[in-house]
Amino acid sequence: MAKLSKEEVKHVAHLARLAITDEEAEKFADQLGKITDFAQTLNELDTTNVEPTSHVLPIVNVMREDVAQEGLNRDVMMLNVKEQVGGQVKVPPILED
Amino acid sequence: MTVFKLSSKELQEGLHNGEFKIADLTNEAFARIENLDNDVQAFLALNKEKATEQAAQMDQVPFEERGPLFGLPIGVKDNIVTEGLETTCASKILEGFIPIYDATVVKKLREAGMVTVGKLNMDEFAMGSSNENSAYKTTKNPWNLNAVPGGSSGASAASVAAGEVPFSLGSDTGGSIRQPASYCGVVGMKPTYGRVSRFGLVAFASSLDQIGPITRNVYDNALLLEAIAGVDPNDSTSADVPVPNYVAKLDGDIKGLRIAVPKEYLGEGVKEEVKNSVLQALEVLKGLGATVDEVSLPHSKYALAAYYILSSSEASSNLSRFDGIRYGFRAEGVKNLMELYKETRAQGFGDEVKRRIMLGTYSLSAGTYDAYYKKAQQARTLIKQDYDKVFENYDVIIGPTAPTAAFEIGANIDDPMTMYANDILTIPINLAGVPAISIPCGFDNGLPLGLQIIGKHFDEETIYRTAHAYEQATEFHKQTPQLWEGK
Repeated sequence: MAKLSKEEVKHVAHLARLAITDEEAEKFADQLGKITDFAQTLNELDTTNVEPTSHVLPIVNVMREDVAQEGLNRDVMMLNVKEQVGGQVKVPPILED
Repeated sequence: MTVFKLSSKELQEGLHNGEFKIADLTNEAFARIENLDNDVQAFLALNKEKATEQAAQMDQVPFEERGPLFGLPIGVKDNIVTEGLETTCASKILEGFIPIYDATVVKKLREAGMVTVGKLNMDEFAMGSSNENSAYKTTKNPWNLNAVPGGSSGASAASVAAGEVPFSLGSDTGGSIRQPASYCGVVGMKPTYGRVSRFGLVAFASSLDQIGPITRNVYDNALLLEAIAGVDPNDSTSADVPVPNYVAKLDGDIKGLRIAVPKEYLGEGVKEEVKNSVLQALEVLKGLGATVDEVSLPHSKYALAAYYILSSSEASSNLSRFDGIRYGFRAEGVKNLMELYKETRAQGFGDEVKRRIMLGTYSLSAGTYDAYYKKAQQARTLIKQDYDKVFENYDVIIGPTAPTAAFEIGANIDDPMTMYANDILTIPINLAGVPAISIPCGFDNGLPLGLQIIGKHFDEETIYRTAHAYEQATEFHKQTPQLWEGK
């Protein structure tokens, strides 16, 4: 059945880039298990040869002329950046020493 | 009492006759908010200085240059970006975020001459049915302050019901405009997918999200939708379909209108009082010359499961942009970039948001994709076909908006599945992409009930005609909560 283990929840949390404690993993395993259990009701449906919906309206490609336009002002774009150096976004180390 | 009991038409008459100025209307909104918002808790941010300045300038504009919404105050849900005005989606992760451009709908409000007075509380990232998932405050239902206003556009509905503003914008992914409109006794429209541009709406589930108007009457709702609707080069999913003059067709004539009532909408889980109010509403519509038949939407019971998988999958992807790098909250004291991502997101998101991100990530991951995501997309096709089929022979589908009236604050917060069940009657509509409105149709223990009218793709016009005819024949929309008295 669809019961999620604590380890599965921790793995999913890692994929989703969420720090998670042991206690939380247990709580979420229980709650997510109930939801995925409920999702099993979809298995009652025969979906052989049923196309998955990708869009509710018959929209295909929406094209426009490739014309250069003024973008947003760089200084304005940096207004919400917490840490910056010389007009660039600063982040912590990506590689360990 | 307040001038906000008046309709947009009456407000424009008042302006014309010199009874009040645009500046007075703006002041009235801020005065009402000051008086009432300690109780209602609807607003997260106020636009007082700019709105006051804007109103004074607008009073100088000659009457012949003004449209029907010119000078009227409006509140905007906090997941719609407003240049220079903090926009948080009621999440800690966007604390202090000041947008650098306006959403297309906000631009259109400005073009129509509306005055944005502030930003409205919601469930964090629009995930919830009660506004209890806000990181900042719990909005209350103006009809009973112990009850929830619904969600996720709870404060959009509550602020209009409390008469703090005559208009608001909400967004609806699985019922987030209609369910709070029902709980708060106001009019809320979820337009056809693609009718209104989503540019500047912080995405939750992009294939389901739609912005829509909340008002105290149907005419004003139609007017506001007309102002915000239309194709937008910045949203390639917005539809290039002409926007009709909705209000021109509101003549009260619905003779020969073919109404379908799905038996699934009056079945198990729907409270007796709710069923009765809908049956009485159908009698009113029959009296106006409509015909009513029972139909079936056999895949309705699969909508909730399909919705939670699809909306959570899309959310897990959309919300990956919140990483603490370019805007919003950033965790402190981290060693490296991976830790920055993980700690920022763990500290910045609330539990419901985390639950859905994880459910979505799980549904999309290798090994579960076919069983969950693809299966849900196939179920969606079957649900949509149910609607297509009924609409071959009928003009509108009618049922309740929610299975009950508003529940008490705290009643469902610990049980996600019970909370989700509030949306069983609204979710299928988003999956099918069709438009639907909720209008007041009765009361249960002093709390409002809502009638849901569902239409064909891009046929908001027939929904409005039906809703307007019903409204003209009934008195429910004229009632106001007790808290209007004396304030």
